[in-house]
Amino acid sequence: MRLPSFRNLSLARREALAAYAFITPWIIGFLVFTIGPMLASLYFSFTEYNIVDPPKWVGLANYARVFSGIPEFLRSGDARQLGDPLFWKALQVTIYFASIALPLNLLFSFLLAILLNQKVPGVNVWRTIYFLPSIISGVAVTLLWIRIFNPRMGILNPFLQNVLGIQNPPGWLQDPEWAVPALVLMGLWGVGGSMIIYLAGLQGIPTDLYDAAKVDGANAWQRFWNVTLPMMTPVLFYNLVLGMIGTFQYFTEVYVATSGTGGPQRATLFYNLYLYQNAFRYFEMGYASTMAWILFIIVLILTALIFRSSDAWVYYEGQLRGRS
Amino acid sequence: MRKFIDWLFSTTKGLEFLGKGVTTLLLAAGAVVIMIPLAFMISTSLKSPGQIRSDANTLIPRKPETVTLNNESFPLYDVNVGGVTRPMAMLKKLPGGLARFADPANPAEFVELTLKEQTPRYRLDIHWENYPEALTAMPFFRYLGNTLLVTFIGMAGMLFSSSLVAYGFSRFRAPWLNVLFILLLSTIMLPSQVRLIPIYIFFNKLGWVNTLLPLIVPQFFANAYDVFLLRQFFMTIPLEMDEAAKIDGANPLQTLVYILLPQARPALVSVGIFHFLYAWNDFYEPLIFLHSRENWTLAVGLQTFDALYTINTHLIMAVSVLMIVPPILLFFFSQKIFTQGVVFSGVKG
Repeated sequence: MRLPSFRNLSLARREALAAYAFITPWIIGFLVFTIGPMLASLYFSFTEYNIVDPPKWVGLANYARVFSGIPEFLRSGDARQLGDPLFWKALQVTIYFASIALPLNLLFSFLLAILLNQKVPGVNVWRTIYFLPSIISGVAVTLLWIRIFNPRMGILNPFLQNVLGIQNPPGWLQDPEWAVPALVLMGLWGVGGSMIIYLAGLQGIPTDLYDAAKVDGANAWQRFWNVTLPMMTPVLFYNLVLGMIGTFQYFTEVYVATSGTGGPQRATLFYNLYLYQNAFRYFEMGYASTMAWILFIIVLILTALIFRSSDAWVYYEGQLRGRS
Repeated sequence: MRKFIDWLFSTTKGLEFLGKGVTTLLLAAGAVVIMIPLAFMISTSLKSPGQIRSDANTLIPRKPETVTLNNESFPLYDVNVGGVTRPMAMLKKLPGGLARFADPANPAEFVELTLKEQTPRYRLDIHWENYPEALTAMPFFRYLGNTLLVTFIGMAGMLFSSSLVAYGFSRFRAPWLNVLFILLLSTIMLPSQVRLIPIYIFFNKLGWVNTLLPLIVPQFFANAYDVFLLRQFFMTIPLEMDEAAKIDGANPLQTLVYILLPQARPALVSVGIFHFLYAWNDFYEPLIFLHSRENWTLAVGLQTFDALYTINTHLIMAVSVLMIVPPILLFFFSQKIFTQGVVFSGVKG
């Protein structure tokens, strides 16, 4: 800061220089670890690259591998005619998981937050218990759940058989049809993480809104529908966007649960897992980069769609609903 | 009773009481469901392999109680003889589902009863030795050391760089600063995969792959989440404090170190806790960057141990318990700051 010329600068210039100086670590990081790599992976997506030999330009070949064979497939319904059937399988698995996990997560965490927002005895203890699983996510928890799901040695199936009287409980992670629902169930155990955000949102709703509604004669249901729900839409929106992006990054749980295979019969071959296999098992860095960029574009489109639709259903204070 | 029911369903207070009662019951039932997996983890970590095989779904580690008669060991049962239940040794299984039971004090006299109708006696059988065994079955302390290095050096780097950057974004006016801030925020939504492969190649060229450096060094360049949270907190600290410091001749860096950071302690602590949880649990990047055993973190070491020796459930669960203890302790000791931090980053965002 003691550069000779610095003293002669105008105050505004000095302030600007100080600002840039302080944010320099991020700017360097942004160039080296974000923009640079993004451009590099865009370039790699047009190459064949195994890390050992220099990247070889192949034009659109990687993209063609993904998108070729679609008309034939649509005509015959035979997935083998697709350029890379596994790519589409991975996309399907991910969307299937998202379509069950996101709504269930949203529903459970929101309901739970409403319950935990009541003035009941021991509410802080309950909140702690429900929040606990979300801070211990990862490998240890997945190793635990593999064993809970185990049809022979787990505790889930004996419970289903002996307590609920279900005759043929599923094989969960060992059954192609039940592997994804099992992962959803495991995820629901950690629902406390988003619950706490809804809870904070509920507590942020000004009480005078409820008082006003009461004066107008609204009953509990009407107060929920006309005050709580609209006031909560921004938080719902935030969780929806992040949950959607999170699904496309889903990795640790499925890697640990299937030892990185995505089995049984590729039923849990999530998009990010297949990308990892291409990059770090088969060292097809070029094709993996193509997958990364397709993923990026999918996430961009989905985020834009959610943002677009948010005008219709997200309420921000000081703004009329449905109009802007 | 009748009055109580009337009160419960037809008065405002009664309905409120009913609502709270139902809510509490629901919460308690759910809490049991939430805690059972953890109980199962702890109980499995204290069982022998034999107990896991034969007695997997009881939550209390136990083994059949036995009694020794004439140098031979027999299982004990609670046997119902003529309406009185007493402990008896099961001497022999007989055809037709029957079994021969005798009072251990008087083995010559026996009764023959249906085996299924009697309950075997168990006693507590906890295998604490699983823990020391687990610590030697894999290089646990090596993994722990690596994990701590990555976690705490990374945390120091993150706190250092993110406070500088958050300060830059919260206290100064400069052209393009708002645009840069929006750019920073948008990186939260960026899927990490579009960056990961070139970063891997870059670290590979530097010869850093299979060292802890790729997990630590990037932390020194700030990240969007933490900058955002710290900036939001800095904004709540009154500007007058800065100006007073300026008048006293403090330069901007001194203002940050002596005025803002001491007041932002809660925010720094919660950002630090989040970082601890992230780095401690992280699996994806250690898996990609660390290839040889001596460099693994706990997450990768434990997963690999499971992949190779999945049969050793008791040891795997023991290490799993050890791995979830630090986050849980941290959470309990900092609960208030912690939940405030979640709220701050989640709702104000």
